[in-house]
Amino acid sequence: MNFGNGALTEAVYYILLSLITPMHGYGIMQNAEELSHGRVKLAAGTLYGAINTMLEKEWITALPGEKNSRKKEYVITDSGREVLHGELARLEELVENGKRILGGN
Amino acid sequence: MRKKVHKWFFAWDFEKEEKWLNEMAAKGWAMVSFHFWLCTYEFEKTEPQKYLYRLEFLEHAPCHPESESYLEFLEETGIEQVGSYMRWVYLRKERALGEFEIFSDYANKIKHLNRLNAMFIPISLLNIGVGIQNVSLGWGMCSVVSPFNFFTGCINLLLGVLLILGMLKILGKTRKLKKEQSIYE
Repeated sequence: MNFGNGALTEAVYYILLSLITPMHGYGIMQNAEELSHGRVKLAAGTLYGAINTMLEKEWITALPGEKNSRKKEYVITDSGREVLHGELARLEELVENGKRILGGN
Repeated sequence: MRKKVHKWFFAWDFEKEEKWLNEMAAKGWAMVSFHFWLCTYEFEKTEPQKYLYRLEFLEHAPCHPESESYLEFLEETGIEQVGSYMRWVYLRKERALGEFEIFSDYANKIKHLNRLNAMFIPISLLNIGVGIQNVSLGWGMCSVVSPFNFFTGCINLLLGVLLILGMLKILGKTRKLKKEQSIYE
């Protein structure tokens, strides 16, 4: 389902962010964990499902593989970048409102 | 060194099965294969705590191309398939590579349980239908006229009820997950 301005899942957000540089599945898992200081641990089954859905939506694309490597590498597409920018704006709104109302910082 | 152990679990208790396999692995007995005949698990002696085990009920048979590409992907992340039975696969990962979960989100966990339940629905309904028919064939006019039909029917009914209880157990787990999902991602 897509409500037009839906929030991305944390998994999708970190996968897209990781794929600014081409990476294979295991690389995405490690990168997401590193970026979140160990908090986000993407499980392989969840990652596989998200990758396939994003391939269908053409947010990411598979790179033509090297001959001796079975591992597939993926990279973000232009529409994927657009989605990521939209999400960043949404997250900024959340943070701004939170800070303003809770008087954070 | 290898050893064989016979043990069986209800399909809806697959988490108990995982727990048992992980306890065996912690003691240094790593499961290497499963044979349906007499529910035989084969174990190999390794250093204790080497592997973590998980079970998954796949969407398709393990030899289906889609399952193959999925299992290949898992392999790239350090997850190895050590056995299968019908659409069940036994997976393991070296503990040194970190935690081992197949799904890290509620949606996929719920989907996995629903998949399992969907398989039970036709089997339990079939057993109950055949059971009712056999019992009524065997029980005529306040007496057992056909003991064979009557007893087979009773077994069918018992099986059907057992399967429904199993389904309810899975439904309970699904409901819990859905509740969490309505609050957390």
